[in-house]
Amino acid sequence: MASVTTESERRNLSRAPAVEVENVVRRFGDVEALARVSLTVRQGEFFSLLGPSGCGKTTLLRIIGGLDVADEGTVRIGGVDMRAIPAHKRPVNTVFQSYALFPHLTVRDNVAFGLRMKRVAPVEIARRVAAVMEMVEIAELADRKPAQLSGGQKQRVALARAIVNEPQVLLLDEPLGALDLKLRKQLQVELLSLQRRLGITFIYVTHDQEEALVMSDRIAVMRAGRIEQMGDAEALYERPRNRFVGQFLGSVNLIDATVKRREGDDLWVETEVGTLRVSANGQTSPAAQQSKFTLAIRPEKVSMFPATEGVGENRFRVRVEELIYIGSETHYLLRAGSLTLRAEVMNVRVGSQGFDLGQEAMVYLPPGGLIILDD
Amino acid sequence: MRRRISAPMWLVAALLYVFMYAPIAVVVVYSFNAAKHGGPWAGFTTEWYARLLDDELKKQAALNTFILAGVSTAVATVIGTMLGYGLSRYWFPGKRLFSWLMYIPVVIPDIVMAVAMLMFFGLVREWIGLFELGMTTMIIAHITFQIPFVAIVVRARLIGLDPSLEEAAHDLGANSWQTFWQVTFPQMVPGILAGAMLAFTLSLDDFVVSFFTTGPGATTLPILIYASVKRGVTPDINALSALIVAASVVGTLGVTLLQRQPHKIGG
Repeated sequence: MASVTTESERRNLSRAPAVEVENVVRRFGDVEALARVSLTVRQGEFFSLLGPSGCGKTTLLRIIGGLDVADEGTVRIGGVDMRAIPAHKRPVNTVFQSYALFPHLTVRDNVAFGLRMKRVAPVEIARRVAAVMEMVEIAELADRKPAQLSGGQKQRVALARAIVNEPQVLLLDEPLGALDLKLRKQLQVELLSLQRRLGITFIYVTHDQEEALVMSDRIAVMRAGRIEQMGDAEALYERPRNRFVGQFLGSVNLIDATVKRREGDDLWVETEVGTLRVSANGQTSPAAQQSKFTLAIRPEKVSMFPATEGVGENRFRVRVEELIYIGSETHYLLRAGSLTLRAEVMNVRVGSQGFDLGQEAMVYLPPGGLIILDD
Repeated sequence: MRRRISAPMWLVAALLYVFMYAPIAVVVVYSFNAAKHGGPWAGFTTEWYARLLDDELKKQAALNTFILAGVSTAVATVIGTMLGYGLSRYWFPGKRLFSWLMYIPVVIPDIVMAVAMLMFFGLVREWIGLFELGMTTMIIAHITFQIPFVAIVVRARLIGLDPSLEEAAHDLGANSWQTFWQVTFPQMVPGILAGAMLAFTLSLDDFVVSFFTTGPGATTLPILIYASVKRGVTPDINALSALIVAASVVGTLGVTLLQRQPHKIGG
């Protein structure tokens, strides 16, 4: 009977989310580093905490790992409450920003450290350490000391040292932050394929929006101890909830709007460039119910036409104030009255793209590309 | 950028070295002088060194010196290491005041320290009858001035350590005990050894504190040399001094080597 309960319990636990954070508060003196943060990370997910420095993302990671303690709230890992469980007994491992490799130990002994602490049999340790070092391609560095490694090699050792323990969740604190761009791009791909192969849940802290977009299944954008928005890369990029999220992930044009008329899913708003139709289909912002709000549109959603075409719905005349030709695209800074607008146009036509500095053009803002922001 | 050193700078540097090392060089050179009562050079000899080996009084003093330095360094290293660790890793009421007080034995003149020790031992002897002046009191006095040196060196080493090393150990399943012995302590070792060598050298060379806290039968080399010199400098004293200089040089060289960080090779 008892074994049946245990079995069903275990099945329940295996279905539990990898990590659940509920109403976590952390204060440093008068500053709330985390103000009632809640989130759920699914099993096997690549989850990123994205935000500027000081937003609380690293503090949250440390609380999940047990290296810091929440003042309020709970953290569950695999369905188990972690409040009373110290860092060294949690089923998680961390890759530190500074790598934190033990300087007095060889690469092999660094990687074996966690298994030795768990008193795994030496034969088993040797086998697993060798396998993991092979996997992250550091086998030939086994007898070196950390001081004899390059940044990229240290990063791989730090990764090997963590994953050899087969944690339920791997916590990564800006693991690529200290590397140059080229190496970072290469390791992003490797890290992602490693995560897919191992099936370990990753929680990844970064301030690099592109890195988060490229790698994550889901992203939580944080600011000042709060989660501003959570979702997959596309949802965050296409439907940012507010200015902060919109501007942190890529760039946006902002347009102040006053509602004139509502009809079904459509809104007609008055702006600096005249009346615009906004498709509210799929827009969840509570601001859509207000009479005034800010609209956002991504620069690549702005279409440009020759000035000879007529004015129509969501079409208006602009002047090219600045242009940056970058080969595959041209970036324009456009002016319409008091409004400046960024447009990014793919250079799909053969030959000249047709818009010169100081020239007039027509732009079209698609009703579905106009995003209603909360603030 | 490496600037050329001009001739006047060479001269100043040379004078500085002469100023610092000429007296020591004279002692070392004269320890090989065949002349019996100092004076002008009378040929090379190692007789004075050979004679030291036959001098039971000097051999006993050398033995006392090394027992004193060895025992006091061992005790001061253990206590000083714990103190340095505590000061860098824990918070307690009055920590700042205590950290500051730790420097007092370092900056206080030896003579004040020596007189204070003498008075202290005298008082304790009156109350509980212990601490007859001798080897024990000398060892205790040396431990007293050695502890802060060890603690300061060890603490400096710990403060320079990446705090995430200990966190990484915890994260990888090490409890506090394992973290200390597997990660923190190995990082402290160079600091501990450097502190110990410093303490050993200080004890070896100490005259003032030893002179005030010693008793009958516990003569150390510095005390013996002082007593002998009052009767005139003899060549065997030169030889003895040269040996002490050699021991001190080895000690300080060891400290320097241990405090040097391992070179970075990777790139």
